[in-house]
Amino acid sequence: MAMLHIVNKSPFERNAFKSCLDHAVAGDSILMIEDAAVGAVDGTVFADDLKAAMTDKSVYVLGGDLAARGMSEDRMIDGIKVVDYAGFVDLTADNDKTQSWV
Amino acid sequence: MATKKFMYVNRKAPYGTVYALESLEVVLIAAAFEQDVSLAFIDDGVYQIAKGQNTDGIGMKNFSATYNALGDYEINKLYVEKESLEERGLTEDDLMPIMWEDEDDDWAEKPSIRIVSRAEMANVLADQDVHYSF
Repeated sequence: MAMLHIVNKSPFERNAFKSCLDHAVAGDSILMIEDAAVGAVDGTVFADDLKAAMTDKSVYVLGGDLAARGMSEDRMIDGIKVVDYAGFVDLTADNDKTQSWV
Repeated sequence: MATKKFMYVNRKAPYGTVYALESLEVVLIAAAFEQDVSLAFIDDGVYQIAKGQNTDGIGMKNFSATYNALGDYEINKLYVEKESLEERGLTEDDLMPIMWEDEDDDWAEKPSIRIVSRAEMANVLADQDVHYSF
């Protein structure tokens, strides 16, 4: 029963993203949207936490939200997949449940 | 009217919330009243002046170019906290080259961005008369 976790808060400003990582289980997917998109960038104080989660979970970012904040895809942590709004819909359909960490 | 030192403290990334855009609106109002205006970019506020913002994918207006117009309103003190950049894997090269023209120096173009340490930022904030938080 895989779950899609949707995060929209910056990991540098709120603890919602960290709380999501602490509660997601192996096989789950995590999608970063809105201000959470900046969490996809490598070399940040948050990157190690996300890399640890990626050992047994899939991580996605909404490409439009990353580009809006001036962050190019080539500076993302390796292994994060970029999706558009159609990909967002696919993720909600492919998972049994979704939870938003607002 | 006596001139006061106005500081606009920006701590949020653009587009996810309306704070960044609202701050810009209020900054431009203060400029019309010829006050001594400074801006601080702390924490996620540094993303507001990140280079290469492209909002095509989210259907929102890209207002980042407006920061380049601040110099025309004699707003040329944009303090950016070094530690905030570093925590986000960013450097000054990731920021827009925001400039102003110095009329007392034959309209020479000069950088508006001043990278300061957290300790220096504390002193900059302490030196102001009025603070607006966004």
